[in-house]
Amino acid sequence: MTDVLVCVKRVPDASGEVVLNEAGDAVDGRYAGYTMSEHEECAVAIAVEIAGESGGEVTVLSLGQEDCVEQLRAAVAVGAHAAVRIDAQADGFGPGDVAAAIASAVREKEAGGTSYDLVLLGNDAADTGDHQVGIRLAHLLARPVVAGAQTITVAEGRAEVRAGTATGTVVYELPLPAVATVLEGGVQPRYPAITGRMRARKTPIEVLAPGVEPRGNGRLGLRVLPPPESQVEVLGHGTGAAVRLAQVLRELGVVR
Amino acid sequence: MSVLVLVEMEDPGQGEAGLSVVAEETLTFARGLPGEGVHAVLVGQVGQPGERVLAQCREQGVRTLFVSTDAQLERYAALAWARVVDAGLQVSGAAYLLGGGTPCGNEVLAHVAAIHDVPMAANVVHIVQLDPLEVERQVVGGAVLERIGLGGQLAVASVAGHAVAPAPSAEPTQPTVEQVAVELTPADLVAQVRRSEAREGGDTSALAGASVVVGVGRGVGGADRFAAAEALAERLGGSVGVSRVVTSLGWRPHHEQVGQTGSRISPDLYLACGISGAIQHWAGCSSSRTIIAVNTDEEAPMVTKARYAVIGDMHEVLPALLDELG
Ligand SMILES: Cc1cc2nc3c(=O)[nH]c(=O)nc-3n(C[C@H](O)[C@H](O)[C@H](O)COP(=O)(O)OP(=O)(O)OC[C@H]3O[C@@H](n4cnc5c(N)ncnc54)[C@H](O)[C@@H]3O)c2cc1C
Ligand SMILES: Nc1ncnc2c1ncn2[C@@H]1O[C@H](COP(=O)(O)O)[C@@H](O)[C@H]1O
Repeated sequence: MTDVLVCVKRVPDASGEVVLNEAGDAVDGRYAGYTMSEHEECAVAIAVEIAGESGGEVTVLSLGQEDCVEQLRAAVAVGAHAAVRIDAQADGFGPGDVAAAIASAVREKEAGGTSYDLVLLGNDAADTGDHQVGIRLAHLLARPVVAGAQTITVAEGRAEVRAGTATGTVVYELPLPAVATVLEGGVQPRYPAITGRMRARKTPIEVLAPGVEPRGNGRLGLRVLPPPESQVEVLGHGTGAAVRLAQVLRELGVVR
Repeated sequence: MSVLVLVEMEDPGQGEAGLSVVAEETLTFARGLPGEGVHAVLVGQVGQPGERVLAQCREQGVRTLFVSTDAQLERYAALAWARVVDAGLQVSGAAYLLGGGTPCGNEVLAHVAAIHDVPMAANVVHIVQLDPLEVERQVVGGAVLERIGLGGQLAVASVAGHAVAPAPSAEPTQPTVEQVAVELTPADLVAQVRRSEAREGGDTSALAGASVVVGVGRGVGGADRFAAAEALAERLGGSVGVSRVVTSLGWRPHHEQVGQTGSRISPDLYLACGISGAIQHWAGCSSSRTIIAVNTDEEAPMVTKARYAVIGDMHEVLPALLDELG
């Protein structure tokens, strides 16, 4: 039985245009909406698979205010069994603070008799992209950690973790309990079935206090980069552009 | 007070292996920090560094190159590598630790930051002010820059790819090579690569090193509609690269993805077909020498950011182009 904890973060959807709030100190997701990163969606998919095979449970955790329940429910809808929210304002928490708060929650759950064989996080959050919460968490929990996992399988108390590189795949074997940060690309995110959506609505959300005093993220300000001035030359429309396009390719010296 | 830079090797293709371009960029960036100079640390190479590495260090003004020739470290193990970097920090007394904004750079630096319980800034693009240190870093996939303070005993930061162009130092050095000895514990090596498997059907270094990349996005319309793009890539001796939507839909494998969470490419020509040009895609292709967009929408960001564009259906434009090229 492998029990898995997956940490998911509510982030503004940034696949379109990014706008800042009036104070200029945070990305405003009110128009684009909020989501979790694809890395975390893949982590949830991996966790559901591992727990499902062994009769274990998946718990999802998010540090944030009431609204991050939306992301927790989205994870329950695709197969997570339980959800925990650490009640805090995520923007005031730096990556070290988030790791400390998650570690504190893991210990609190452990004291109550619930332990996690595997803790999964995203490799990097889609908004702040700090690339470190999982590694800091592993240090705080004194567990081994692999970053950039794309697939994970568990057998006999060990996890086989595979990560992509430029030339292929590298394979790790870790004793459990362990931590891994997940990178998209190894598995497909799961889509909710109707039954999952119904379960998500009914699943209670356990709320924990952060258990740490945040030191903050050091943020002094944000700015959105202005788009570069367009210097595009339109070579033509449809098939009529082919002659000119071929000529440009020859001028660029890329036609052999 | 000095700067220590974790440097990585290039995947040795042909000829003698050297430091990666990102390593040279990071060393160049490091010279913008104050103090008595730049040191480098190289892990995972068994044996003495070769002539090419030493020449690169000389050119970059590196004073000491710390190496560990421990055979246990040949296979990647982020925590064990972090121990070596940490030993380099102790010996050099460096107040700044930098690395490339690569998977390895970010992972090893995060371990060092965790060991010392100090902040780490990922994907820094430039220094705003030195005292107290403030930097700007890429967030939200490069769409936004965040200004943060990195005060304290030890400032740890990874430098985003292409943040600076690699440039030789005005004062080349005669680098000393120094062995760093570390006592590794079994715990340091638990998360070590056991084995590597080469990818069937080529590797992404082919995509990353291609002189022409034909980019394909959602506009292609389906997994079975890549023939024209593949034929064009073949005709131009290049590779096919794709957007994330294409890999998410399962039309192509992830290792072909270009962008923030895929490969960064810098070909002579990037021909982006049916790709809207979202910032996260742009992050991976913006350093192409010339970009040509083929898109039905003349207002797509890819079109306005490109040098040239053809407005039209890629399934009409590409076959016509192939005909024209003969
Ligand atoms: C944290 C994060 C990381 C991300 N990382 C990446 C990444 O690494 N790489 C990446 O690519 N994306 C990444 N994305 C996703 C990115 O935001 C976009 O969603 C994605 O790049 C869009 O892919 P696309 O251009 O293929 O599709 P779309 O945005 O749907 O664009 C399709 C384009 O095709 C055009 N078109 C349609 N039909 C035709 C036709 N017949 N002929 C020609 N043109 C046509 C349309 O006009 C449109 O411009 C990331 C997003 C996030 C939030
Ligand atoms: N507020 C949060 N709540 C839950 N998980 C988080 C939070 N912030 C970060 N994480 C997790 O840590 C990962 C890496 O974040 P980062 O190190 O900030 O890039 C994310 O992908 C999440 O899995």
